Amino acid sequence: MAVTSAQIYAWLERYAGIVAEQKQYLTGLDAAIGDGDHGINMDRGFQTVLVKLAPVREKDVGTLLKTTGMALVGSVGGAGGPLYGTFFLRAGAVLDGKAEVSDRDLVGALEAGLKGVVERGKANPNDKTMVDALTPAIEQAKQALDNGAPLEQALTAAADAAEKGMRATIPLKALKGRASYLGDRSIGHQDPGATSSYLMLRALSDSLATLPQRASTTTT
Amino acid sequence: MAQTTVTTRLKKLINTPETEVKDAMAGMAAAHADLIRVEYDPNVIIRKDAPRKGKVGLVSGGGSGHEPMHGGYVGLGMLDAACPGAVFTSPTPDQMARATAAVDGGAGVLHIVKNYTGDIMNFEMAAELARGEGAKVNAVITNDDVAVQDSLYTAGRRGVGVTVLLEKIVGGAAEAGADLDAVTTLAKKVNANGRSMGMALTSCIVPAAGKVTFEIADDEMELGIGIHGEPGRERTKLKSADEIAEILTSTIVKDLPYKRGDEVLAFVNGMGGTPLIELYVIFNAVNRYLTGEGIKITRSLVGNYITSLEMAGCSVTLLKLDAETTKFWDAPVHTPALRWKV
Repeated sequence: MAVTSAQIYAWLERYAGIVAEQKQYLTGLDAAIGDGDHGINMDRGFQTVLVKLAPVREKDVGTLLKTTGMALVGSVGGAGGPLYGTFFLRAGAVLDGKAEVSDRDLVGALEAGLKGVVERGKANPNDKTMVDALTPAIEQAKQALDNGAPLEQALTAAADAAEKGMRATIPLKALKGRASYLGDRSIGHQDPGATSSYLMLRALSDSLATLPQRASTTTT
Repeated sequence: MAQTTVTTRLKKLINTPETEVKDAMAGMAAAHADLIRVEYDPNVIIRKDAPRKGKVGLVSGGGSGHEPMHGGYVGLGMLDAACPGAVFTSPTPDQMARATAAVDGGAGVLHIVKNYTGDIMNFEMAAELARGEGAKVNAVITNDDVAVQDSLYTAGRRGVGVTVLLEKIVGGAAEAGADLDAVTTLAKKVNANGRSMGMALTSCIVPAAGKVTFEIADDEMELGIGIHGEPGRERTKLKSADEIAEILTSTIVKDLPYKRGDEVLAFVNGMGGTPLIELYVIFNAVNRYLTGEGIKITRSLVGNYITSLEMAGCSVTLLKLDAETTKFWDAPVHTPALRWKV
């Protein structure tokens, strides 16, 4: 099975819609332990992404992802811009020039994106960041593919794991970012970055599950 | 009788929150056309005669709302370019990459970055982009705020007042022809020898948010406030200026620590909403305290130089001086906000 540019575009468009819908929710989570602009910044970023994707939406998967990354880097600001920007830039670099990608390529690109986020933000698991949602998600996706599961199932497992990881940030004390200034006062709040990361992976899983036009050619 | 009311309405001299940064940039460009020029999208304030051939370029930047930092420090003997972000939001890498290219006179560029997670990451990405274009880029991070514990368990100390002093001193060295390595080493020395702590009497209002960043009662103050209205060490009852100055100064002195016989630059900074007369009351108390400790103030700076919109309050910064840092502090400077010997 192969994932096409159209499906990747559908994911990004769906996620942009979810960010717009959940703008207040994300901003509210951030107001509790950060500087209260995560939803506003992510929405500004993904609205920019939609504008920048319009002229290149027919192009290869790598171009779509890299365009997304550059749009985020240039429009989000704060920590979210470099982190999400790096995620998409690194994922796109892996898939450069590919009009359609294999299941493993896609999960490998997500993993490259996570690696970029870790390098950029220098966060470890349990620091109460987006890494806490992304790390178990990509682990689950890889395991599912290894067990012979189809991509849809692997991505659903990833989204479920991200959701669990997101909830697991609630009792954690923040060790990175502005929330870390609060020390113990950050305990009891769900991390906004982990939340937006979960929503991103759920959007991916949902958009691939609902889009029928998967390419018929098989790539490995 | 007029009544004192705490207003949360947006009563500001702006057109819209969205246009504030660009409107102010255009105003700066018009007011200081002899010193700077500005570019938009990406937003950059650039020294008029940049790039200067053979001179190390100095680029700083950060969220807007701290004026005159950083745009007010672009000019002779200080910064070559400044990148203003949205209010209290770090600028984006395309801004710093453009600034770096615009001021690179072939001797390399130093990025001066305050220690906030967003600023660090955006400057890192910008440095990667600039290096990809062949530029030689170093970075120095300021982290002088003693109110935040420096530990593995936080993002580390925030960069505050020392940033202004560093931009001046390092700017003097770069103007005198120091190379990139020497400028970088000097910048690190300035940061290592400086400490700051602030306090707030009132909150600020971020235009896009439209309401006060934090609630504070008429008889309270926040000790250890950050320059974005982030919580500090402690919320306490308001004390006298002498007591406040002593709390801030003694905490700073113990931290480095500054010792008997040290010569320091004492910098009393206003947060934006405090009149100069009150800053001099604070300076008087700082001077008395330091004299008692046997620490000699050999240079000073008093005024609103790193602000937090309309917040009332102050910060105290001490920088231990030596012959080199004193010489470059005294060197000529001509920028919108600082000017002497020119």
